[in-house]
Amino acid sequence: MSERASVPKEEEETESETEQDPVTTGAQSVIRALENAGTDYVFGVQGGAIMPVYDALYDSDINHVTMAHEQGASHAADAYGIVTGDPGVCFATSGPGATNLVTGIADANMDSDPVIALTGQVPTEFVGNDAFQETDTVGITQPITKESYFAADSDTVGDNVSEAFALADAGRQGPTLVDLPKDVTQGETEVEPGKPETPDTYDVPEEADDENVQEAAEALAEADRPVILSGGGVIKANASSALREFAKEYEIPVITTMPGIGSFPEDHELSLEWAGMHGTGYANMAITNTDCMLAIGTRFDDRLTGGVDSFAPDAEVIHVDIDPAEISKNVYADYPLIGDAREVLRQLFDAMPRAPDADEWRDQCQEWKSEYPMDYDTPDDEPLKPQYVVEQFSEMTPDDTIVCTGVGQHQMWASQFWEYTEPRTWVSSHGLGTMGYGVPAAIGAKLAAPDQEVVCFDGDGSFLMTVQGLSVAVREQLDITYVVLNNEAVGMVRQWQDGFYEGRRMASEYPWIPQFDKLAEAFGARGFTLESYENVEETIQEARDYDGPSVIDAHIDPGENVFPMVPSGGDNGLFALNEDQLDMI
Amino acid sequence: MRPKGRRNTQGIRVDPEAEVTHEPRQAVLSALVKHRPGVLSEVSALFSRRQFNIESLTVGPTVDEDTARMTILIEEPEPGIDQAKKQLRKLVPVISVRELEGEAVRRELALVKVSGEKPDDVNAIADMYGGQAVDASTDSVTVEITGSKQKIDAAVEAFKQFDVQEIVRTGAAALERGPKTLEKDV
Repeated sequence: MSERASVPKEEEETESETEQDPVTTGAQSVIRALENAGTDYVFGVQGGAIMPVYDALYDSDINHVTMAHEQGASHAADAYGIVTGDPGVCFATSGPGATNLVTGIADANMDSDPVIALTGQVPTEFVGNDAFQETDTVGITQPITKESYFAADSDTVGDNVSEAFALADAGRQGPTLVDLPKDVTQGETEVEPGKPETPDTYDVPEEADDENVQEAAEALAEADRPVILSGGGVIKANASSALREFAKEYEIPVITTMPGIGSFPEDHELSLEWAGMHGTGYANMAITNTDCMLAIGTRFDDRLTGGVDSFAPDAEVIHVDIDPAEISKNVYADYPLIGDAREVLRQLFDAMPRAPDADEWRDQCQEWKSEYPMDYDTPDDEPLKPQYVVEQFSEMTPDDTIVCTGVGQHQMWASQFWEYTEPRTWVSSHGLGTMGYGVPAAIGAKLAAPDQEVVCFDGDGSFLMTVQGLSVAVREQLDITYVVLNNEAVGMVRQWQDGFYEGRRMASEYPWIPQFDKLAEAFGARGFTLESYENVEETIQEARDYDGPSVIDAHIDPGENVFPMVPSGGDNGLFALNEDQLDMI
Repeated sequence: MRPKGRRNTQGIRVDPEAEVTHEPRQAVLSALVKHRPGVLSEVSALFSRRQFNIESLTVGPTVDEDTARMTILIEEPEPGIDQAKKQLRKLVPVISVRELEGEAVRRELALVKVSGEKPDDVNAIADMYGGQAVDASTDSVTVEITGSKQKIDAAVEAFKQFDVQEIVRTGAAALERGPKTLEKDV
């Protein structure tokens, strides 16, 4: 069971396996495998080659959400997987249906989100003939999944789905895909799918080697300037509580990565919030100056490390990861601890000989907080600042509110100025950086957590990429508040052009964009416009009160940029707090 | 306060003063894999997308009809070899991976088609390298050579005097010396 912010839904697993009709077709076996694995929702789009599977879904209790575009289906399934901790499921037909899923599958792969994609395929006898709507889906998706299966037989297709489901969830989570030729799903079979089990070649490490744990604990206890770097793997492993206990007991400052947001409460004194290109100055200073880093469930992405030559250069690194291939991939691990984050944290907790003697260091971290505060100006004579909108919204909502985003400047502001305290409340696209993630992700998140408030911050560029998803939010009557931080530009690109391309704003500004409030109304959602400081609170409240999807078109200062900033490949300890400093680095 | 240390481009902490480079070396990876469609493409795609420098890759059946063995020669600095092994092991159809030690038995086969004008001379050279003619026509002779890469390189060089028309080489197959076998995992 995952560490959800709110009380988890009562488990509805009343062993519905009683009274199930035996399967008669491959398609029924596919659906039965999903039912056995506990699937509640499927996100998908119909189409020729997947029709037998949909036909079998007709008789199932699984809810299907018809998405407006397959990309949205894979993003919604991804968000569902993030929020529940269990694999999200998406369907698409062959050819364009499958290729449209690809972006969401790649996104899930980069962020280790559990997703299972089932794609229709032309009948086996046509495969390889360039048939109508044929594409080599397994070939295309093999590099971006944990495994892509080609279903060869009606008798075994259910097993393929069961195994794909188990594999998506096991160890380091991630996407899997099963390609389903129409003759295989249409074909007769009486074979029930097997239990969801991972393939016999797939090892899932649990506890780390005791001796290594002992040595790592000694090193951490010896440290003068210790930090914990908590990655997305901490949330995935439901290790947030274990992390909190550990950090508080041994009084070690905690930095998160972006996917790790929510693993440690940002309002706690030990929290330095998140590090990286647009992370806080104090987190990045701590990274640069630490002499011992306990890094858990992180793959040391380049947006976090900047140039590795200057990343935590004085630190011995203790790296906890469930995937051995992450150890010493980007940053060398002095103490590799291969195992499940929650198990290893428990082992470390017991193995620590004492708390590190780090009073001075903790004071230093607090000083950095005063030295590099996350603040911004709100002059009356300038347009609305996006940071203010995010901060106001954060203050008005409960702690378990789920925040989804697209990708770009708005995403950075939403991560910087919202205060996160609970795991699985931050739903974003990190590794792949997929603009357009927000609209469908909010749909998946809301269905995963109907009792939690869901807010989606988006940018005007990002929102336009998947805006058709609003039709789904309206049809499904989902109470989501979308906030478009509208600067009439692809703002992050514009920021880079101003910073690194001499202000040559090629293809980054939108000379004309729709009125998003009216667009929302056309979809059947409520639309609001926000232009000045006076009505920020009031507008947010109205949008929240509306029972259904609403869109706030917030016209923000088009010149506002995201800071602090560590330039690409730079040194975390040398960040710019504004445009002028950028020139000096 | 500024840190004193630094790391190299592989993320390894190094002496702040000295220059460090990791020299590439050749490694022979032997992998047992499930014998099923698509495995070869999965493995070769992994090596290309992660930019591992691959010299040869051979694949063939084993005594167990459900498994095949791949022999992969790569040339990488130490961290790259380590990564290649781990990434390979992560692929679902891969059962186990091991780097074979330097003295492992390595053999390659080459077929060389040369001009048929001087068949006796061709045979003499083939004999020198322990090879034999496996096909002959009025215009050409095809010779088979097996052995280490170096031996085949030398043989090919020697055959050049007969106007080499075509060459095919298999790449290395390799096994550990002594009783050791590829057991589970690296």
